[in-house]
Amino acid sequence: MTAERYGLMAEFETPEQLLEAVRRVRAAGYRRIDAYAPFAVEGLAEALDFREPRLPFIILLCGALSGMAAFLFQYYIAAIEFPLNVGGRPHNSWPTFTLIAFEFTVLGAALAAFAGMLAFNRLPLPYHPIFNAGNFGQASQDRFFLCVEASDPLFETQATRQFLSDLHPLSIEDVAP
Amino acid sequence: MADRNADKAGRFVHEPVPVLLPGQTDASITRDISDLVLTPPGRGWWIGFLLSSLTVLMLLGAVSYLFMQGVGIWGINTTVVWGFDITNYVWWIGIGNAGTLISAMLYLTRQQWRTSINRFAEAMTIFAASIAGLFPILHLGRPYTFYWLFPYPNIMGVWPQFRSPLMWDMFAILTYIFVSILFWYTGMIPDFATLRDRAQSRFAQLIYGVLALGWRGSAVHWARYERAYLILAALAVPLVVSVHSVVGYDFSISVMPGWRSTIFSPYFVVGAMFSGFAMVITLTALLRAAFKLHAFITLHHFDAMAKILLTGSLIMGFSYGMEVFMAWYDGEAYDWQGIVNLMSGPYSTYYWFMLFCNVAVPQLCWSRRVRHSIATLLAISILVNIGMWLERYLIVVNTLGFGFLPSQRRLFFPTIWDFAILLGMLGFFIALFFLFARFVPMIPMHEVRRLAHRLEKGK
Repeated sequence: MTAERYGLMAEFETPEQLLEAVRRVRAAGYRRIDAYAPFAVEGLAEALDFREPRLPFIILLCGALSGMAAFLFQYYIAAIEFPLNVGGRPHNSWPTFTLIAFEFTVLGAALAAFAGMLAFNRLPLPYHPIFNAGNFGQASQDRFFLCVEASDPLFETQATRQFLSDLHPLSIEDVAP
Repeated sequence: MADRNADKAGRFVHEPVPVLLPGQTDASITRDISDLVLTPPGRGWWIGFLLSSLTVLMLLGAVSYLFMQGVGIWGINTTVVWGFDITNYVWWIGIGNAGTLISAMLYLTRQQWRTSINRFAEAMTIFAASIAGLFPILHLGRPYTFYWLFPYPNIMGVWPQFRSPLMWDMFAILTYIFVSILFWYTGMIPDFATLRDRAQSRFAQLIYGVLALGWRGSAVHWARYERAYLILAALAVPLVVSVHSVVGYDFSISVMPGWRSTIFSPYFVVGAMFSGFAMVITLTALLRAAFKLHAFITLHHFDAMAKILLTGSLIMGFSYGMEVFMAWYDGEAYDWQGIVNLMSGPYSTYYWFMLFCNVAVPQLCWSRRVRHSIATLLAISILVNIGMWLERYLIVVNTLGFGFLPSQRRLFFPTIWDFAILLGMLGFFIALFFLFARFVPMIPMHEVRRLAHRLEKGK
């Protein structure tokens, strides 16, 4: 019967309750869980054992590549493709190219930060089963949710429901797939 | 008034003013801020939007006439080739610089009071920087060729000149506008999700749903989001400094006496922060009164902004002093003559009034009473904005009018078209702000929720 639902979701009133619930659910061995909050609750991602070392490196890499590309492009235009003598300055007057190279470093890094954040988060996403939960609209306003997904190996409808209700949530809901 | 923070004897109580009024819950924060967007606007909004739109019509008329007739309709001449256009450009880009700087710098330094003002400070940046970007196009003799600045393979076989500050300028401003929009939008994604979930009409749900990109507030998403936002903020700060430095280079790489100076870049960056903070104070005071944001914007914000305004004013005062000192110290006759002319020439009234606005008036902010009086701060901030406009006007017009060749010295007399574009752009800015206040949450809800929880915990 587990294929009939995405998971079980418990609703909490405060971030502290959610944090405590996440810790207990993880201690019980559940791994395919996620917590939803209307703001970045401190310590919540750590409680879910979340690590993301890749994004900053990708940002650095994109920034560096973009800056180098901008510099080389200017060098190519000014020294090879269209050399122009301006006041006797050398064709490769590299100090004057650094500014645009800097702008492109920032541009490349900022684009990578934005796109990378979305890509790792798998956004934009037009459909997600979690929105089937009736009260989930409150997750962006004033409620805190914890979802144990049915794909978790430990998931058993009755046992999991009982476990969640021991955490004293406001409500527990079946989430349709 | 309840928020005056004064005791019965009229003395000011030296207690810290809270960043948020106490008693804010997640539900009340969400309701108060999103209702401003999701409920139909009142009559005041319509009147304001209508009046500012009329100014936009005037701007469109003035710009159309400019495109038909050319820049000769302005007061510029063969000596003073830059007039109101470049003055406006530098003024707007200065204002445009501050929003992202304020938002990013205060984020990096973990200033709690940033939370309520950053969204509209960033909006101010994007609108002002976009308006600024129009002026260099308007002031071209052949504005339809502005795209020649882009390096693209063309049939003429020519490429742009990357040694020119004008090229740097274009790349700096376009990068800046783009990164500012990314920063602004990233900050808004969770708020769009809130609007999507609260909107009643199908249309609003659809629009905000698309803008929210499917955001569902997952803890893992939040963690990546915070990391990316922090990095964007850290990238934005040096970018801002580079943008206004480049505007400074536009002047200082020339040979005009008074422009050819290494002080220009730092002087322009501080000037931008100074005028931008003044504009933020103006907007904060007006928006707080118009939308009754007293719970989120308290005297704490005004106090902190007034202190930064005061700091900016001191640095500006130092820069004005250094400008005079260096002109005397470097022994260049033309440099010194430029200063004498500034202080006693045909534009000297503006110079002294500029010093009054930018250096003398902000000194009032030493007083706690002034920092806690919103009406006074509003008046100071408007004077600073006028002063900063005059500063750029003097840099452009006074310097160009009195160059090396005495026979070529001329004055600048603005025409009605100069004023039409000056006022029209101001109206355009205000109209954009009315639209912003109508369709986008003015205060970042998710950040205020977090701040409220943090303050609650701190107790």
